[in-house]
Amino acid sequence: MSTEEEPPVSSPSAAAENKENEAGTPKLDTPKIPTPAGTPQNNGISSPISLNMAPKEQDFLNAKAFLLKSSIKSNLNLYDHLSRVLTKVLNERPENVVDVFEDISKDVKRSKFTSQADTILDKVDRSTEVILAEVQKPLFEKNQEEAEHEGGEDEVETPLPNLPELMFYFEQAGIGMSREEMMRIFLALKQLVDNYPLQTCRFWGKIYGTELNYIVAEVEYREGEEEEEEEEEENEAEDVDLDKEEEGEGEGEEQEEDDTPKPDFKPPPVIPREDNRTGTNKKTFFVCNEPGQPWVKLPPVTPAQVAGARQIKKFMTGRLDAPIVSYPPFVGNEANYLRAQIQRISAGTQISPLGYYQFDEEEEEEEEEGTRENFMENPDYEGIPVKDLVDPTFSNWVHHVQHILPQGRCQWFAPIQQQEDDFEDEEEEEEREEPDEPEPEIGPPLLTPISEDIEIENIQPWSARLSSTLVPQYSIAVMQSNLWPGAFAFGTEKKFENVYLGYGHKYSPDNYSPPPPPAVQEEYPSGPEITETEDPTPEEEMALRAAQQEAMEAAEEMEDPEEEEEEDDE
Amino acid sequence: MESDGLHLNISYVGSCGIILSGEQKAALETSLVILQNNHKFNRVFLWGKILGVKNDYFIAQGTGNDEMADRKTLYSLDCVAWGLLPQATQAIRDQCSVVKGRFHGDPAHEYEHIEIQKIGEGEDSTEEESTIMIKEEDRLAAVVADIDEQVAIAPRGAFVKTPHGAVLQNRSFEGLSVTEAGKQQNYCHFREPVRLNEKSLLEKADLDKSIDFLDPINEDIPKGSWSLKFERGSGLVTITSLLWPGTTFYHVPHTRKYGWIYVGTGEKNKDLPFML
Repeated sequence: MSTEEEPPVSSPSAAAENKENEAGTPKLDTPKIPTPAGTPQNNGISSPISLNMAPKEQDFLNAKAFLLKSSIKSNLNLYDHLSRVLTKVLNERPENVVDVFEDISKDVKRSKFTSQADTILDKVDRSTEVILAEVQKPLFEKNQEEAEHEGGEDEVETPLPNLPELMFYFEQAGIGMSREEMMRIFLALKQLVDNYPLQTCRFWGKIYGTELNYIVAEVEYREGEEEEEEEEEENEAEDVDLDKEEEGEGEGEEQEEDDTPKPDFKPPPVIPREDNRTGTNKKTFFVCNEPGQPWVKLPPVTPAQVAGARQIKKFMTGRLDAPIVSYPPFVGNEANYLRAQIQRISAGTQISPLGYYQFDEEEEEEEEEGTRENFMENPDYEGIPVKDLVDPTFSNWVHHVQHILPQGRCQWFAPIQQQEDDFEDEEEEEEREEPDEPEPEIGPPLLTPISEDIEIENIQPWSARLSSTLVPQYSIAVMQSNLWPGAFAFGTEKKFENVYLGYGHKYSPDNYSPPPPPAVQEEYPSGPEITETEDPTPEEEMALRAAQQEAMEAAEEMEDPEEEEEEDDE
Repeated sequence: MESDGLHLNISYVGSCGIILSGEQKAALETSLVILQNNHKFNRVFLWGKILGVKNDYFIAQGTGNDEMADRKTLYSLDCVAWGLLPQATQAIRDQCSVVKGRFHGDPAHEYEHIEIQKIGEGEDSTEEESTIMIKEEDRLAAVVADIDEQVAIAPRGAFVKTPHGAVLQNRSFEGLSVTEAGKQQNYCHFREPVRLNEKSLLEKADLDKSIDFLDPINEDIPKGSWSLKFERGSGLVTITSLLWPGTTFYHVPHTRKYGWIYVGTGEKNKDLPFML
């Protein structure tokens, strides 16, 4: 039959023409469709063509006409659609095609409409990937200066750590990130070392945030090289504060007579932060969101921030300028909170094998100072066998970062109460020193073994494992902190390293509960003069009156017999 | 995470700190294949790792024909010998929800839980203390079931529901586009839908019954409990859950590659509303 040779292409136009006619009336007499010889043309009758055809052929034409009927909604007809789907199936020949037939059908329908879509979509998809790749490309490029100094570079000590080696060990322990990312971080650290005068540089770890992550590097500047701009700013701020206080005092003395009651509340004195290179600010930290992005220096941490960070629990968002909305209100933005958490984690989880570091024996500090701060590598360190490092008593690991006191500093700072009247006698000051000044806080000294760490409920604070149970002779020791989940340390005979990969929060088996608001201040001291007493009840009043009358009568009786006696005497 | 190509897929979640050591990868490749053969699973997944104080549990899941209903969970301490976890019934889950703290790492360990029951009414009530022992194995099964229910997700369109009700992989799923992959509503919880039936008819009219039979994650409470990040520019989408920290889902846009894994302590983050 000639109808079988009909190409599918011609029918869409037939369908279009059909659409113009009344819906549901197939026009078989359009010139594009070849009809068997002998059929009349253009008769406009909706009934099927019948003359000179066998009934089966008639049925066939009727069925085909029905299939060619185009849908009102989508302007497709089933005939074309089926032929397209079957063409696709025969071209692609998928497995078990009957099971996915409906999906293929849907795909064909979808593709018909998007074939004319513009190509701009493609560009949008790839641009972010390209941007990131562009940012990271400079990591892999060699500096021109370096190329010149290539000869002599071997002799210069670089503060850059041998990160690939450390990451190999961590990978043995099942800790860390994918190798490509570690490589990129390594190159980013190299960039950091090239741009800043650093004495030591270390990959501290990665802190996850809700929008972006932070990659943290711990550095120590070379002596004398540190930027002094920040210190100048702080001095200015302090001067301004002092001026304000003096002004306030002057005004107070003048207006003593008719004043609104001034609150008695004196805010606790601000505890100054420790200097750079000491205590909590011993190391400086740089962060970036992705390796390749410029490193941003985190500000030094103040005791108020550490104390505040201890009381709140917030996820990092990944943006350093994000505000921290919490109760109690945190003094600072996310950069400060991040820095405080980093310091807390370092103080709690940076450990080294016993004997790796030792105190500098030449410098002896007096006991009043309390803590010894400086240690150095022990040149005679012989290494501790891995089996001893995973000893369940944990006696072979020590902390090498100073513990932070509840005050928020590593060294106790005695706050001197600044009073408005400064003319106190020395004697009075000495007498008042004991009740007013809080007791100096002491914490565990540097290089304390981790066996002294406090347990969390019933769980030991650290877990020690061997990296491989199958081959213990070549395995390394892995320490995981249970107090700060995400803090890991590995140790081999001669090497060790710490890293943190986590959200930056302490572990607590109980729920976090924000501290309750402080108690309402008393407006006035309550004493017997001010307190109301209840009015006496009528019974009590009667009783009192009766008692008073009795007393009066008794007094009268006393007088009367005396008078009588006097009268008698006379 | 599917066991086929585990050693390649694990690098997708590397940016979230999840890696396997070489020894673990090799052991898993071998033992998961054996597992699949022994239990006649269609597909085997490395579900994840639950960190205990003394030891870690590796968890694997195998599915039969129906991807959602036909799931069996197994655990191992060393990636080699696997044991079947008991089915977590509602009773076990209720019992284990009172246990707090870390896993110990010993499947035979028992937690003591003291319940105080009041018997009698009014003033005659006496308090009776009953100590219930909960096995760590049961707790493990309960935690795995909880995590499956609350944070196991899949991209929209990756699974189809046949008219018989069975849930199968969608053979014509070609991956989400980059713009689609950036929207949380294109990812759904892989569990029996809870919120779907509460939607109004108007909302349901637009849904395709074979693909949209799961709850999307953008309606989860609290908002912000999922963190969607693009890694490698737009080459990889990682979604981490803040409700169960350690849950990581990855998807490479425009490809069929997706999967999720849990590596964590097995404790829900109940402080989430404070932390957001």
